Amino acid sequence: MKITSTKNLRNLKSQYSEALDSLEMRVLVCGGTGCVAGGSVKIYEKIRDLAKEAGVKVCVSLDVHECGGIGIHESACHGFCENGPIVIIKPQDWLYTKVTIDDCEDIVNETIIGKRPVERLFYTNVNGTFDKYHNIPFYEKQKRISLGNCGEADVNSLAEYIARDGYIALANALDNLSGDEICKIVTDAELRGRGGGGYPAGRKWTQVKRQPNFPKYVVCNGDEGDPGAFMDRSLLEGDPHRIIEGMIIAGIAVDAEFGYVYVRAEYPLAVERLKRAIEEAREAGILGDDILGSGKKFDLQVNQGAGAFVCGEGSALTASIEGERGMPRVKPPRTVEAGLFGKPTVLNNVETFANVPNIILNGADAFKSIGTEKSPGTKAFAVTGNVETTGLIEVPMGITMREIVFDICGGIKNGKKFKAVQIGGPSGGCLPEQYLDMPLDFDSLASVGAMIGSGGLVVLDEDTCMVEIARFFMNFTQNESCGKCIPCREGTKRMLEILERIVAGEGREGDIDLLLELGETISVTALCGLGKSAANPVLSTLKYFREEYEAHIRDKRCPAGVCKALAPITIDPEKCKGCSKCAKNCPVNAISGKIKEPFVIDENVCIKCGACVSSCPFGAIIGG
Amino acid sequence: MKGYVIVDGIKTAINDAKNLLEVIRSAGIELPTFCYHSELSTFGACRMCIVEDDRGRIMTSCSTIPYDGMVVYTNTPRLRKYRRNILELLLANHDRDCTTCIKSSRCKLQELALTMGVRDVRFENITEKKPVDRSSPSIVRDPNKCIMCGECVRMCEEVQGVGAICIANRGASIEVVAAYGKPLAESNCVNCGQCRSVCPTGALTIKNDNKDVWDAINDPKKRVIVQIAPAVRVAIGEEFGEAPGTEVMGRLVAALRKMGVDEVYDTTIGADLTVTEETAEFIARVREGKNIPLFTSCCPGWMQFVKTKYPELLPNVSTCRSPMEMFGVVIKEYFKDADKEEDRQTVNVAIMPCTAKKAEAALPEFTTDAGRDVDFVLTTQELCMMIKESGIQFAELSEEAADMPFGLGSGAGVIFGVTGGVTESVIRQVSNAHSKETLRDIAFTPVRGMNGIRELSLEFEGQTLRVAIVNGLKNADMLIKKLKSGEVSYDFIEVMACTGGCIGGAGQPLPQTSEVREARAKGLYGADSVAQIKRSEENPTIETLYNGLLKGKEHILHVPGRH
Repeated sequence: MKITSTKNLRNLKSQYSEALDSLEMRVLVCGGTGCVAGGSVKIYEKIRDLAKEAGVKVCVSLDVHECGGIGIHESACHGFCENGPIVIIKPQDWLYTKVTIDDCEDIVNETIIGKRPVERLFYTNVNGTFDKYHNIPFYEKQKRISLGNCGEADVNSLAEYIARDGYIALANALDNLSGDEICKIVTDAELRGRGGGGYPAGRKWTQVKRQPNFPKYVVCNGDEGDPGAFMDRSLLEGDPHRIIEGMIIAGIAVDAEFGYVYVRAEYPLAVERLKRAIEEAREAGILGDDILGSGKKFDLQVNQGAGAFVCGEGSALTASIEGERGMPRVKPPRTVEAGLFGKPTVLNNVETFANVPNIILNGADAFKSIGTEKSPGTKAFAVTGNVETTGLIEVPMGITMREIVFDICGGIKNGKKFKAVQIGGPSGGCLPEQYLDMPLDFDSLASVGAMIGSGGLVVLDEDTCMVEIARFFMNFTQNESCGKCIPCREGTKRMLEILERIVAGEGREGDIDLLLELGETISVTALCGLGKSAANPVLSTLKYFREEYEAHIRDKRCPAGVCKALAPITIDPEKCKGCSKCAKNCPVNAISGKIKEPFVIDENVCIKCGACVSSCPFGAIIGG
Repeated sequence: MKGYVIVDGIKTAINDAKNLLEVIRSAGIELPTFCYHSELSTFGACRMCIVEDDRGRIMTSCSTIPYDGMVVYTNTPRLRKYRRNILELLLANHDRDCTTCIKSSRCKLQELALTMGVRDVRFENITEKKPVDRSSPSIVRDPNKCIMCGECVRMCEEVQGVGAICIANRGASIEVVAAYGKPLAESNCVNCGQCRSVCPTGALTIKNDNKDVWDAINDPKKRVIVQIAPAVRVAIGEEFGEAPGTEVMGRLVAALRKMGVDEVYDTTIGADLTVTEETAEFIARVREGKNIPLFTSCCPGWMQFVKTKYPELLPNVSTCRSPMEMFGVVIKEYFKDADKEEDRQTVNVAIMPCTAKKAEAALPEFTTDAGRDVDFVLTTQELCMMIKESGIQFAELSEEAADMPFGLGSGAGVIFGVTGGVTESVIRQVSNAHSKETLRDIAFTPVRGMNGIRELSLEFEGQTLRVAIVNGLKNADMLIKKLKSGEVSYDFIEVMACTGGCIGGAGQPLPQTSEVREARAKGLYGADSVAQIKRSEENPTIETLYNGLLKGKEHILHVPGRH
């Protein structure tokens, strides 16, 4: 069906909204990657089939007349992935967690037919059982705006996107705004790039708008590569039309008629849904040669990345789309002047584009009413690590780390102590307890040597070895360095070598200084943003956890007890005959005990020379 | 951009320099670089050319646009530290067998490590040794010495339009490889060797054939005949302290005799034969209107390029052998009887400015049951090594003349070594007027010059013939694309693979800058000026050959099967 004018779109919106309201009940089965992996597709199909068998009137699509009845749909990711597969019942807002195929019959009989909850599926934690999902602490402090449709709507329905004000921002822009005015609204909203750098999107758009060269391009960076981050994936999977709308608006703003969405090939579901959404939008006349009858042109193509982390860097990404090796180039020229195919290019992250429709729809002031002065709006984070509840959240900028870790995510798992948060992925840093109450925004984080990055947040507990964390990220960076510039290619290799040495118990005096020197050289001289930030995980852990490095190097001890090579040498009391040979061989008198009783090693004195291990005739000494 | 940059306190004019690096160099400060080459795109990978501005910001000067009032420092403690660190990191996994490396004392890495004061490497070399690729007849690739500056890749792609090598893999595993990581010989490499001209280290070097030639010289059963290509004589002196462009043919002949070769000839004779044959071929094709345009066939890099990339154009390529191969087959023919009588074997050694000639000599069309027509090809650089190895003091040599009957070439043959030379010689031959004025007029047309693509027209039998002269394969590629699209049309097209023609061949001494190439061209034009014989057909040796040795056998000067 072709939508021929913005008026036509607005009429459809009322029609679809009515259809949505006419639904007696909705059963939304999460179709995000996490829940799909947990078998949610089968659950969705089973609930639908059982309901149909039971004679329930099931609404298939909003654009069918006389909708009504029960809507059974696949929704996008709720972010509560750890408790998936998830089913939400509306309008009651019941949230069912860890649903299995065996629960489907009860859901149909009790909930759909009987309108009663299946209480055993409610989320339960130490504080009790929660029926309505808004009351669950995980959701209470969230402010889901760009993720607003995720979990609430049918993920496969353009009609529902329209019913929920979708493409109305585009219609408003087409009806009432010039390109310059759009740029001004985005500039006034102070929307900052959500991909890591935090560069003001409005400024970028205005610069592209001013360029005299044509054609111009709009490129969406969906090459989310930080370990543990999945914000962009959830948005692309969950609300692809929102990204499309944001990109069309950018196109109109800067006079670009074509755009590319660069998505990692590791996100097959995102690619599939995005492609389908583009096709739907094209058929509906939202993309193409005559957007909503306005005479304006814009179309989109999906490009799949081949798995290189560095392709998330702007110039490497555009090179990759061009069919070249994904490798950052020197600037100038900047992407806004000569980006994709050497033409002026708006290059923004998925989440940045996702924020655009709301800004155009509700105005810059509404956007700025959330968040902090310099970092307005919300930010999505993927929280992983040692917290009670991991998952995807969207919070107002300026929220503290403490609120995220302890209020939203339920604190540290198994009653352990909080140690640090690794934020910003391989380019970010580790922040210790002293920063728990620091507001999370672009500038505060930068001031303490971390960055918001794309929004990956790994919570670390007391059992985490910070040297090992640094080694992990350095290993990632070294493997993913494009290899072009010497400091990043060779410097990260040598830093990794030193870190590997330290965790293997072979750290040397001077290693810390060498790490600092290399880190500084890389940070100052590397070619691209990824290279310049490659040393951050090491530099920040060295800044806040230097004593752990020293313990590894000098005392040959891993305070967190993680590094196997540094595990203390112990005597197995079962095997020890109490012969005292070990104690006699110990050069530092770390072993003591009574003859014929098991001996013990004082970990604080032991230098792990291994003399005891070889001297024991009974093989009772382990480690070293 | 106009205005001034304050470089280390010295006001330096920007003068439209394309980047800050050029401004700084114009101030007399030689900032170190590995990956910056003025004739290639800016890569910005080595980070050696960093400078610090008055706000303490550090930037690479190669990729920074200078602006009026800019204040930069090139030699601060921080910069020195970072440069040393970068060098140390490079050296750490470099195959540091400097004493036996062919690039020793000419290696940029060695030179910078020395000048920047890197005396100690704090990291162990744990890199696994990779196999050296010796598959190519022209170039040896030693990945263990590669510092990933990317110059070779950009040269191959941007100047030569070949793209035989590319960058593969990520992080520390990054390397330069031929397509699919196969040996270079199995790639679309045309053996032009320009990659090695820009390689700062010993990662890309010329395949060395000195030992084979020494063995032949020392074998009394072998009659070693050496032919010297025109471009060699104006470049080899650079290795012995002469200015680029100095013509040292006489000393070169003397040196070769001292080394013990039997006869020293001049490839110019081969060029004169080529002019004669190619002119006849061109006139015949013009008259028949068949297979026009005619492309020249002297350059082996170009021949390989056309064979692999545009095989459909082969009918348009001249059937003439290259001058080296024409001369090679003539020499073998000339000594055939003598060899039999004396029970000796003639060994043809060609001294060439070119690495692709090594591949050409190995082609099956230039090989008979009796072996190759040209047995060995030595580049200018290899000959230098042999002269030095012999202990010959080149500067002190007295000039000697090449041997007869093949020691006398025409000026037309000499200028084959520079772009436009073949065309100019053909025009001299085609034109009916033989006066000095005519020759001078020809010289003032775009036939001379260093631009990548030059055009001129020529009146012949009432027709206006369009001529194009191309150097650099990327330019040839662009021209062919235009030719195919119908945007341009020509009757005669001269193609030389290397920038500037053979004088800029990859077998020549380094470095090769545009100034050096221009000086060498000037040297060749000077040699032409002093030559008594200007036109190939006026060379008495050519006449003797056609009336004697070649009578009824002219076909041996052509490549069978190419038409």
